Amino acid sequence: MKIALFITCFNDLLYPDVGKAVVRLLNRLGHEVEFPEDQTCCGQIHFNTGYRDECVPLVRSFDQAFDGFDAIVSPSASCATMVRHHHETVARHSGDASLVASVAEVSPRVYELSEFLVDVLGVTDVGAVFPHSVAFHPTCHSLRLLAIGDRPRRLLEAVSGLELVELPGATECCGFGGTFAVKNADTSVAMGEDKIGALIGTGAEVLASADTSCLMHLGGLLSRQRSMVRVMHLAEILASTGPAR
Amino acid sequence: MSGSPAGREPLPTFAGTPPFPEAARTALADEQLRRNLRHATTTIRTKRGRAVAERPDWEALRLAGAAIKDDVIARWPELLTQLEANVTAAGGIVHWARDGAEANAIVAGIVRAAGATEVVKVKSMTTQEIELNEALAREGIEAWETDLAELIVQLGRDLPSHILVPAIHRNRDEIRDIFRAEMGAAGRPAPADLSNEPRELAEAARLHLREKFLRAKVAISGANFAIAETGTVMVVESEGNGRMCLTLPETLVTVMGIEKLLPTWRDLEVFLQLLPRSSTAERMNPYTSMWTGVTPGDGPQAFHLVLLDNGRTDVLLDEVGRQALRCIKCSACLNVCPVYERVGGRAYGSPYPGPIGAILTPQLRGIARHPVDEQTASLPYASSLCGACFEVCPVRIDIPEVLIQLRTQVVRQHGWRARTFGEEPVAMRALSTAFANPGRLDLAERVAGGAGRVVGRRGRIGRLPLPGLLGAWFRRRDLPAPARTSFRRWWRSRSSRGES
Repeated sequence: MKIALFITCFNDLLYPDVGKAVVRLLNRLGHEVEFPEDQTCCGQIHFNTGYRDECVPLVRSFDQAFDGFDAIVSPSASCATMVRHHHETVARHSGDASLVASVAEVSPRVYELSEFLVDVLGVTDVGAVFPHSVAFHPTCHSLRLLAIGDRPRRLLEAVSGLELVELPGATECCGFGGTFAVKNADTSVAMGEDKIGALIGTGAEVLASADTSCLMHLGGLLSRQRSMVRVMHLAEILASTGPAR
Repeated sequence: MSGSPAGREPLPTFAGTPPFPEAARTALADEQLRRNLRHATTTIRTKRGRAVAERPDWEALRLAGAAIKDDVIARWPELLTQLEANVTAAGGIVHWARDGAEANAIVAGIVRAAGATEVVKVKSMTTQEIELNEALAREGIEAWETDLAELIVQLGRDLPSHILVPAIHRNRDEIRDIFRAEMGAAGRPAPADLSNEPRELAEAARLHLREKFLRAKVAISGANFAIAETGTVMVVESEGNGRMCLTLPETLVTVMGIEKLLPTWRDLEVFLQLLPRSSTAERMNPYTSMWTGVTPGDGPQAFHLVLLDNGRTDVLLDEVGRQALRCIKCSACLNVCPVYERVGGRAYGSPYPGPIGAILTPQLRGIARHPVDEQTASLPYASSLCGACFEVCPVRIDIPEVLIQLRTQVVRQHGWRARTFGEEPVAMRALSTAFANPGRLDLAERVAGGAGRVVGRRGRIGRLPLPGLLGAWFRRRDLPAPARTSFRRWWRSRSSRGES
């Protein structure tokens, strides 16, 4: 199986450790991973903000970069959603029949990390060790659009030493919402503060999620409030073989 | 020049509401409002979940509801004509109104012809949309709201903030104070020793309204449904005030948006299951009133049905946006919306608040045909696109999909000044250019990484006094500093070392 890592522009620049964790994890499970260097951005920022024309070249370059892989694995539920659910809309908007065809070819091969591990590789115990208490934030895109369900939970429950704590109101949006976070910053922050209020009440040491975008927002609020709670991507926990550094 | 009865100060309207981010900021600062909203939405959300879970065929009902409404829209002219013919045959009079002004003029004419100077009203979103009360006030006609929550809003000279529970932003103490201070000027006063007990508040409202029900010659209602094949019009409600209005006065005027149509009587089977469970979390609503034209010797002897367009046919222009016309105004989407829960309804600047308002208001205001004002253009962005609304919508309106669609229309309507100098359009183009090829992205990442090293401390960027959208991030949040080595650089160095 020819596996590509779709890092996402966001992780590439702000959270490179998440990408490294995916590589380490998949290598440990015995799989080679390639990083097609022509990849840039899936176009989600443009699409969700209403810039559909500007999105077309990004969809085209995505399909070129990832042509020929059996599985395209991403540590981002929201970017995986963009490719699987919305690239088709962009392609149809472009009126370019060849783009519609290449999207139909490439998009279904994109998997969010936990989907890939559980559904394609068939593993839930990835041999990780992480002796910390963890609250999991199931992001809106992973929950409602990708419908990855309890896959991340099953993976976390199998991690040695990990204590999974219930996050009250877990399914409610954290308030990130892409450009919503800056266009409606006050509302976004109000939603995020309620979320971290619930989080801090759990006493968890770590907040984990399948999207670093939500974690950037929640982590940004925690950091400003000088909280000791750390935010970590699911991949970093699954790649871990001991206490967090 | 007074816009209200008896020379009092003008009634408040949504006109002048600032764009959503600004209106939201004001609402967020109101701690009492946030507590009231959180309590009310959380309660109703939980109850709705239970009521819906009782139905194993809920998804099938949703699909049927969506299909029936889509069929209505596809056969609009035919079904509307059929409705008109059947209402007329049953002794009713049908009027067609292109917009709110036409509808208001028709209603005022009917009230005047009936020799009345006041009307009682059943709770109606459509008449709020066209600001009928304000229009009647200008004609010297007093319109009395008889739904409890609408009465609270009206007496408080307030604006509604929820479709179903318009006074959701008020708690019991505030309601007692409004009743004590305002009921006397509008009719029977509240008892001087009125407490904040729901039972006492309801009794005060009942006595206050009773004299209006018995006196009024004309009633005005909206409609939840109208059946084309029989000409039957229907209102569902919880308090019985509707039944009073629909049966006691001599003349009944119903103002109905043309999307309220259903083809057949049988279709009610679907909607009378979907609507109560979604809106009040009840298996069945307490009062269901139906009437077909006029029945001699029983109920109003004159019935007028005003069929209102007011932008609805414009909504049809947008293939994606038109699903908003399925809406049955249940307000389930409001109750689950994390944005609505925090800012309340008035920030949306329209009687239709929350997620459905964010997609309906811009479309009714003609966004598909012409540029809209700044407040209207801000509504499609008043959402984090979390999708909770779509999940609960009983007629499967994919609200996030429509929000994104409307955002493309807002962007398309940017003038040359916004395109050239606007922070967001310029940033979006710059990003698109940077992302156009990996070399440029790599360069941008190195620049960002360098900048991050300058302003970052221990891997994070704290308070940055920046203007605009970027500054909005930093007011209450930090940001991780861009990595010194991006993933792609790390990968390249790793590959060149021959690692795998």
